[in-house]
Amino acid sequence: MSGSASLFGFPGGVRLPTHKAASTGDPIGALPLPPELVVPLTQHGGDPARAVVSAGDTVGRGECIGRAPGEFSAAVHAPTSGTVVAVEDRPVAHPSGLTEPCVVIATDGLDRRSPEAPEPLHDWAQRAPAELRRRIEAAGVVGLGGAAFPTAVKLTPRPGADVELLIINAIECEPWITCDDVLLREHAGAVLTGIRIMRHILGAQEVVIALEETKREAADALHEALAGAEDEGIRVVPVPVRYPAGGEKQLVQSLTGREVPTDGLPLDIGVLCHNAGTAAAVHDAVCLGEPLTERIVTVAGTGVGAPRNLRVRLGTPVSALVEAAGGYRGRTSRLIVGGPMMGHALEHDRVPVTKGCNCFLVGEEYSFPAPEPALPCIRCGDCADACPVSLQPQQLYWHARARDTEALAETGLFDCIECGACAYVCPSHLPLVGYYRSAKAEIRAAEQQQRFAEQARQRYEFRQARLERERREQAERRRRKKEALQTDAGADERGDRKAEIQAAIARARKRKRGGDD
Amino acid sequence: MLTAIMAIGTIAAGFGLLLGYASVRLQPGSDPAVERIDALLPQTQCAQCGYPGCRPYAEAIARGEADINQCPPGGEATVRALADLLDREPKPLNADYGEAKEQATVAWIDEDRCIGCTLCIQACPVDAIIGAPRQMHTVVEDLCTGCDLCVEPCPVDCIHMRPVATTTRNWQWPRPSNTPDHAA
Repeated sequence: MSGSASLFGFPGGVRLPTHKAASTGDPIGALPLPPELVVPLTQHGGDPARAVVSAGDTVGRGECIGRAPGEFSAAVHAPTSGTVVAVEDRPVAHPSGLTEPCVVIATDGLDRRSPEAPEPLHDWAQRAPAELRRRIEAAGVVGLGGAAFPTAVKLTPRPGADVELLIINAIECEPWITCDDVLLREHAGAVLTGIRIMRHILGAQEVVIALEETKREAADALHEALAGAEDEGIRVVPVPVRYPAGGEKQLVQSLTGREVPTDGLPLDIGVLCHNAGTAAAVHDAVCLGEPLTERIVTVAGTGVGAPRNLRVRLGTPVSALVEAAGGYRGRTSRLIVGGPMMGHALEHDRVPVTKGCNCFLVGEEYSFPAPEPALPCIRCGDCADACPVSLQPQQLYWHARARDTEALAETGLFDCIECGACAYVCPSHLPLVGYYRSAKAEIRAAEQQQRFAEQARQRYEFRQARLERERREQAERRRRKKEALQTDAGADERGDRKAEIQAAIARARKRKRGGDD
Repeated sequence: MLTAIMAIGTIAAGFGLLLGYASVRLQPGSDPAVERIDALLPQTQCAQCGYPGCRPYAEAIARGEADINQCPPGGEATVRALADLLDREPKPLNADYGEAKEQATVAWIDEDRCIGCTLCIQACPVDAIIGAPRQMHTVVEDLCTGCDLCVEPCPVDCIHMRPVATTTRNWQWPRPSNTPDHAA
């Protein structure tokens, strides 16, 4: 079954100009291999991978260059063949503009596949879920929707938690972004196979592929790929275009009518969400034996000559992408990674594409002007109407300004998904999300500080106790020695020693006399 | 009458025994006031307050011996929290005990110059330095509270306090800069 299933919707939200047509005109473009790839060791949520190559090593495509140190991490692979030039800190696409450890590879242009890369598994349906999970983990697959959470972890629900519904999120609710749209138009078959693999691993009864009702070409491609197999319980569900319809919790609410609990996961209500791009990466890892070393990226905005989607090797500099999309146009004012609502600005284009980069947006100053000066809050309540989580953004704003931690917690600061709908509708142009982000950061830092202090206290108390014990033990030793000197046994011992010394003296004298003779 | 006296007497004796037992067996580990004061201190254990650690300082405050503004690492925030807890007027940090650090620091040992004398290990209040006699020592950065106590005893001056580096893992979103001025 497909088409308009009854939807429950979610509260709030805003209608945004979509700007999608700009980048969907051309098919997915390829990019020539750049001379140098800078592959960050952290391209995912969780712990950084540990480099297992060093300068001078030769690597092949798909060779592991960074191993995951634990479960909450992801491996990193060489995107093409070449020589490792350095493992060093380089600037990355992070809001701080700071550097991170990266493996720098000088490419050789041959794109030779590493013999280490795994063989394709065509009979995945006969394989055990654990084996497929291991393969996905080893391939470094992470969520390609933006958060880059390790996929293998998400495909391992905690014991006892059944996944009834697997949602494939193909909604790109932010303006400009179209990488999932073109992926579905051109590679619906691969996405569908990836979905079937995930479903096989999870044992999910029902699968819903959710996309905006405007993505007709993508929906047609999916129906064609599904051809006749629709009764297996995979449905394509179009949802109305409204921001943030693609937010995980909003989508779950739209489709099931149930809310994901605060501090909870969709899994708590039997639902699991994966991005459509992630499904394609799962297909590549299992059916092609290709670790995650490339992704589709949208390059759009009014500041590029020819907005389009590109298939890009991870580690490619953003400057090369902009060039392939027609170069900078007009008076470029801003370069944003992600969408205009939740993305963040980059200081320059000499940062590499990572697994989580779905879009680079180039704005020129007319369509992306600098933020207008903020004016006082007039308590109009528009932000509360727009909030998809039914919070009171204006209250959060007051509490965040006052740094009132308790009130912020009560008002639901940590339920805020930072979608920016409130700031978008604010007639006073208040940078509301900025306040929420910094308030969250301050509270987390304070909690971290508290944990650290508690640890320091324990270590201090343990040390005090140890020193005290050592003092006691020493005093005890001294006391015993003193006692030993005073007791009879001690006296005997002293007598023995004296006698021994006398005997030794006597022997020495005797020897001496003997020598004299 | 007699029954009533006996009944009440028995109940009284029963409760007396229970309370007596409880006071012996369920003794509170320590003074709850000290615990609550200690919980507000930063646990740097730097002894700048004039007491050999945070807990001794907390005990001195509880006894009314020490003032609440003698903790430079805690700064004004700790003074405010203590004033809140003890229902006193907050006051500025007493500069006699030192000034709050601009940025958090951790100790770093220049390992080429370390002679392995163990003096810093003995000075560290939280056992954050590892090493052995005549072996190079090193600081476990994640455990270091930045108390500076190891710097002074080092005979070869090979310990330096370094600011904690900002990385993408501890970086925080700053507060928005364009803020309107208006009364709340």
